[in-house]
Amino acid sequence: MKTGTKTWSVPVFWGLVILVACVLPFVVSNYHTFQLTLVLVYAIALLGLNILTGYNGQISLGHGAFYALGAYCAAILMDKASAPYWATVPAAAVVCLVAGFLFGLPALRLEGLYLALATFALGVAMPQLLKYHALEKWTGGVQGIVINKPDAPAFFPNMGLPLNPDQWLYFFTLAIMLIMFILAWNLLRGRIGRALVAIRDQHIAAEAMGIHNAFYKSLAFGVSAMYTGVAGALGAIAVQFVAPDSFNIFLSIVFLVGIVIGGLGSIAGAVYGALFIQFVPNIADEISKAAPWAIFGVFMIVFVYLMPTGVAGALRLITRRRAP
Amino acid sequence: MDAFLHQVLAGLATGGIYASLALALVMIYQATHLVNFAQGEMAMFTTYIAWTLVNAGMPYWAAFLLTVAIAFVLGVVIERVIIRPVEQAPVLAIVVVFIALLLILNSVTGWIYTYTIKQFPSPFPEQPIFGRYLSSHEAGAIGVTLVVLALLYAFFRFTPLGLAMRAAAQNPESSRLVGIRVGWMLALGWGLAAAIGSVAGMMVAPIVYLDPNMMGGVLLYAFAAALVGGIDNPWGAVVGGFVVGVLENVLGAFVIGNELKLSVALVIIVGVLLVRPSGFFGRVQVTRV
Repeated sequence: MKTGTKTWSVPVFWGLVILVACVLPFVVSNYHTFQLTLVLVYAIALLGLNILTGYNGQISLGHGAFYALGAYCAAILMDKASAPYWATVPAAAVVCLVAGFLFGLPALRLEGLYLALATFALGVAMPQLLKYHALEKWTGGVQGIVINKPDAPAFFPNMGLPLNPDQWLYFFTLAIMLIMFILAWNLLRGRIGRALVAIRDQHIAAEAMGIHNAFYKSLAFGVSAMYTGVAGALGAIAVQFVAPDSFNIFLSIVFLVGIVIGGLGSIAGAVYGALFIQFVPNIADEISKAAPWAIFGVFMIVFVYLMPTGVAGALRLITRRRAP
Repeated sequence: MDAFLHQVLAGLATGGIYASLALALVMIYQATHLVNFAQGEMAMFTTYIAWTLVNAGMPYWAAFLLTVAIAFVLGVVIERVIIRPVEQAPVLAIVVVFIALLLILNSVTGWIYTYTIKQFPSPFPEQPIFGRYLSSHEAGAIGVTLVVLALLYAFFRFTPLGLAMRAAAQNPESSRLVGIRVGWMLALGWGLAAAIGSVAGMMVAPIVYLDPNMMGGVLLYAFAAALVGGIDNPWGAVVGGFVVGVLENVLGAFVIGNELKLSVALVIIVGVLLVRPSGFFGRVQVTRV
């Protein structure tokens, strides 16, 4: 009976969530639609980091660098090659997959704290790399690149469904996010997901059972960077602007905050984390400019002490207790 | 040649500051095998305390000593209250706590003192002592680093407390059996690290100016320094600090330009971790399966 209630309640819950997500942009203002688009973007990025850190146990404090890479990919393609906005997303995915895989290869030799150190250095050094004058021709240096907001395709108004650019971008992002989440769900519940978790929990035992540690770890790095890069591309299109200083170390830290609050090793956790990192600063900003960061810090410590599995873990606990 | 010599000497001066912060990192690493990501922000926060004291009219060196004392207490309190509960937790939890600490210190400082850049006084005279190669603040920073080193060496080598701390770091179980309070030794280690960090902060502030994000780059170089020297070796950290300082200045001035200075740290960190994870003076770690 217990498993019976579970099998239908979870899909119904998420179906309702998606339905609400589809209705929301028609009832809230354009600015709020834009904010919700950013929530979707962050959710993809957090899912990417969660694949690496939550599922595979490799700590990254520099995922903002991959987000920046994806964002710059999209911006440069749109600005210099006048590529259509939708084509930049797969391009960013491929570039970041390769970049992540390559960074993952040396990272294989680094464990725990040392990987955290190396990625932290990557995150701190990234804005300087983006400002580098030899790349200025493409990256626009300190000024960054301004890109145009895409319009909704013509067939929506023709069908009698006029979407403004904000709403269209929201649905575009939502569609990509759903695809990415379904892909991740398929990837993580199967053989590969089990291998990643096994490596996280006991890498020697995993190796002994025939799991190719090196391959799976660099794969996790690549896929994780790909997700974050896709998020970066979508984020750049949504914000219509990229500049080196928006991709500093604090962006990477925000991602870490997101997965810790949302729930490590949980797909749904990425959504909770994204809502947290998008909306809590907005509320906290009214107290002081510094308040969001202080609140992030306090929340992180409180979660590590009291709720190490994050919001997702807490919800799982609650539903399990309520089930008969 | 002149320009080169100037860059090397200036590199030694900043290197001394990196060496101090690297030493603070090594102190905590030796005792707990943790790399404190908040070390830089702790140093920054205490430097603001020094700024407040100096602005309140206290003479520089009195403020200096009081700040070091406050930093020591702060370090002990942070270890006791925040770090201790997660000591045995997985690495990820500890890294998260360190990052949280970094955020809290950074934002609280921004909250209290605002994000505007402030001047921080140097205790050393304006005019250069050593000709045109080295400003007297730079010479003074090197001197202060060496004094800190000598004091630490004397403390660990000649005092019973220093011996107890070394014992607690090396073999906690046996130390406990001979009556050393290992927990408190760790807290003292944190206090000392925070105190050394505050010295580094006060030495670097006149160069980079005082602002809540001033330690980001410095911390990165200190990581690089600690890794070059071997993260469990204090002497290595000091040598590493000077090496990284000189490399950073010379490469920045002649090879890759100032824009990419932080990437030097990135390359050093990743390079050392890949080629010689135990650094050039560290002990090679062997893990038993």
